[in-house]
Amino acid sequence: MEVLAARLSTPDQLAEYRKQVLLRREKIKFQLSVCGGTGCSGGGSKLIRDRLREYLEQQGLSETVALKFTGCLGLCEQGPLVIVSPGEYFYHRVSESDIPEIIGQTILRGELVERLLYIDPASGERIASAHEIPFLKKQSRILLGDNWRIDPAAIDDYLVLGGYESLVKALVSLSSNAVIEQIKHSRLRGRGGAGFPTGVKWEECRRAAGTDKYIICNADEGDPGAFMDRSLLEGNPHLVLEGLIIGGYAVGAGEGVVFVRSEYPTAVNNIKQAIVMAESLGLLGENILGSGFNFRVRVSVGAGAFVSGETSALIRSVEGFVGEPRQKPPHLAERGLNNKPTVVNNVETLANVPYLIRFGADSYRERGTEKSKGTKIFSLVGKVNNTGLVEVPLGITLRDIIFEIGGGIRGRKKFKAVQTGGPSGGCLPEQLLDLPTDFEELSEAGSMMGSGGMIVMDEETCMVDLARYFLAFLKDESCGNCFSCREGISRLLEMVEQISRGESSLEQLSLLQELAAVVKDASLCGLGQTAPNPVLSAIRYFHEEYLAHIVERRCPAGVCRALVSYSINDQLCTGCGACLKSCPSEAVSGEKKLPHHISTEKCTKCGICLETCRFGAVMKQ
Amino acid sequence: MVKFILNGLTAAAAKGATLLETARFYGIDIPTLCHYDGLNPSGACRLCLVEVGTPGRSRLVSSCTYPVGEGLNVRTHSRRVIKTRQVLLELYLATCPSSKTIQDLASKHHVTTVRFRAKHEECILCGLCTRYCADQMQGRAIGLVNRGAERRVAGPFNKKSEECRLCGGCMFICPVCQARCQGPQEKNPLCSACLNLAPACLDRYHEAMCYLDPCVACELEK
Repeated sequence: MEVLAARLSTPDQLAEYRKQVLLRREKIKFQLSVCGGTGCSGGGSKLIRDRLREYLEQQGLSETVALKFTGCLGLCEQGPLVIVSPGEYFYHRVSESDIPEIIGQTILRGELVERLLYIDPASGERIASAHEIPFLKKQSRILLGDNWRIDPAAIDDYLVLGGYESLVKALVSLSSNAVIEQIKHSRLRGRGGAGFPTGVKWEECRRAAGTDKYIICNADEGDPGAFMDRSLLEGNPHLVLEGLIIGGYAVGAGEGVVFVRSEYPTAVNNIKQAIVMAESLGLLGENILGSGFNFRVRVSVGAGAFVSGETSALIRSVEGFVGEPRQKPPHLAERGLNNKPTVVNNVETLANVPYLIRFGADSYRERGTEKSKGTKIFSLVGKVNNTGLVEVPLGITLRDIIFEIGGGIRGRKKFKAVQTGGPSGGCLPEQLLDLPTDFEELSEAGSMMGSGGMIVMDEETCMVDLARYFLAFLKDESCGNCFSCREGISRLLEMVEQISRGESSLEQLSLLQELAAVVKDASLCGLGQTAPNPVLSAIRYFHEEYLAHIVERRCPAGVCRALVSYSINDQLCTGCGACLKSCPSEAVSGEKKLPHHISTEKCTKCGICLETCRFGAVMKQ
Repeated sequence: MVKFILNGLTAAAAKGATLLETARFYGIDIPTLCHYDGLNPSGACRLCLVEVGTPGRSRLVSSCTYPVGEGLNVRTHSRRVIKTRQVLLELYLATCPSSKTIQDLASKHHVTTVRFRAKHEECILCGLCTRYCADQMQGRAIGLVNRGAERRVAGPFNKKSEECRLCGGCMFICPVCQARCQGPQEKNPLCSACLNLAPACLDRYHEAMCYLDPCVACELEK
């Protein structure tokens, strides 16, 4: 952590502090940003950072080259990533051995290391600047865009980019009502999934009787394949913190809580660090920048329950009880944390606030559709070429996200479906690819925006298996209080498993749909009310595939183990014996140089023979 | 007093009263499994669902936990409510066919066939026993542990708690074993005949839960 100045007590002192930071940094000519996101860390970026630091010291470049270990830079697929600026040269798949070249050529001589440059899969050309990479170029990264300039451990990095200016603007020139008016005018909607207008939520809490109020930042991101909130908290914690302080000011809260799941240790650490730094500079605590506004923030670490993302369950968890949702009303604005008026906002929602206050609601409204404004971060994962975080204006079509930004389906396979909104969402087929990403449009199609998970599937995915996966997830994650949700999801899963084994019937399919409707209708919270979405949308858009499982006892994608069988084509088999040797259950038999056979009784359908055969003789049906 | 619409008529109730209390006060029958006067409501069984809101934008809520609200439009027996209750009762029957309470409720609501696989669970996790222990006895000797499909009733660390005063309230209040079938009858869709003879809770809980004296099973062995 950097050495910080004494507590700042006026906005002018903050401006002066910012000037001094810039003055101290005048010597710096170059900046090396090493991505410290989850993907790149997994690829060894921490080691690269350490070696870079050592190398810079050896070369005596520590003073002129700033080394930053940043949050996620987006293109996780190509990590570890290093960006060299000025020039914003984007190096991908960097390893330890590339360090002398990066320093020697790019920093000392201004030349590019050609082989580390990203190759555009469409044109096959190498791209030098980060801005020119199609994946990044087509996004509008108003929240994630600064990640590469910011070391989350340094508040100065955030300050020199204009950080906390929005807080000053709100405290000095806007009343708390005026802040709420700005948010309402911007039509910012909750990014956690439900899309409730943030301004209205804040106003309810502001108007609620009582003096002790709370604002909670919900970072209990649990959807499989989603990591938007994580990347924001890890990469730019001060952005979220600033949004939280402004929110606290607007609703009249004296305390803020950041509820992070314990599975995100880096996010927990970074936000804690950010709170300490902001406190020591006087941006948090008593009488913030002399405005008379007092605000404290603490971090509450979740105990690992998906359902704790539901706001009333979250509050129970913060209070130290088991995270179980309760009936609303009374609403949280009346009775929330410690029975005081409380407002709960998603990480991304709060991250939008500083931008919105700084540039004004009108500017914010320029992006998005009639009812959904601003940008949304999606975590694009699955069978696409470019997986990673994608920040786009709301209203952009699914096709643009998957094919323009995501670079299409991996391995020249055919697109089959995209699952949006995680376990609460649904899967949408190819004919709906031109659907705009808008809260209402996605709900109408039987899916939802959710928190922004986007899982792309190709023709090798079985939609029965997919529904089975999400139901199994929800069966474990339901709190278990409502009979309809606990028993209902178990039964739905049981019925889907029957389908995947070819043991179902058309009557069972209609019973499944009947029960799914009851689970949706009868359950208390969002988890149960949306749990049947994946299976219902799969049945709606992939009815044929379900019928194939039930009537023909066949899995068209060849995924459902009970419904596939392996055989060897006599014509193609050379009798090499490779499959015989590799089969773990001794199901393959045959003489050398003569066609082999698979015993269906012994075969466990592991698929090793199919992978082993070099002649394409093993068939899967 | 709060005025609201109950099945098309104007009704009034004290502020803070629940929809279930008020509806029962007006003589409207709403089935419940997890509700008991004197215990905190939990909304677990979902049988007391009622429809609130204007048609088209309405939703189902558990009436035992939902407070009356000024101008609220409540329907306790709409088609949607009845259909949902029936499917839930069918699911209850499939999960716990040996409970006479459930059998009676199902029969009263015209549920005569069970299309789901029969499971013979010994507990429906209504939480009456744990709330009896906590709310009435200030005991908290048993509680609900785990989540989702793993949820069950247990003492702390799966042991008999020292807080337990052997009051037997948990056994008394349990809708699954409280009014057990009294003997073998002819096998029918709602009765699994002899399976009912031993209290199902004995297999799993024996020492931890059963303090009824004399216990049904003990009587049988004599």
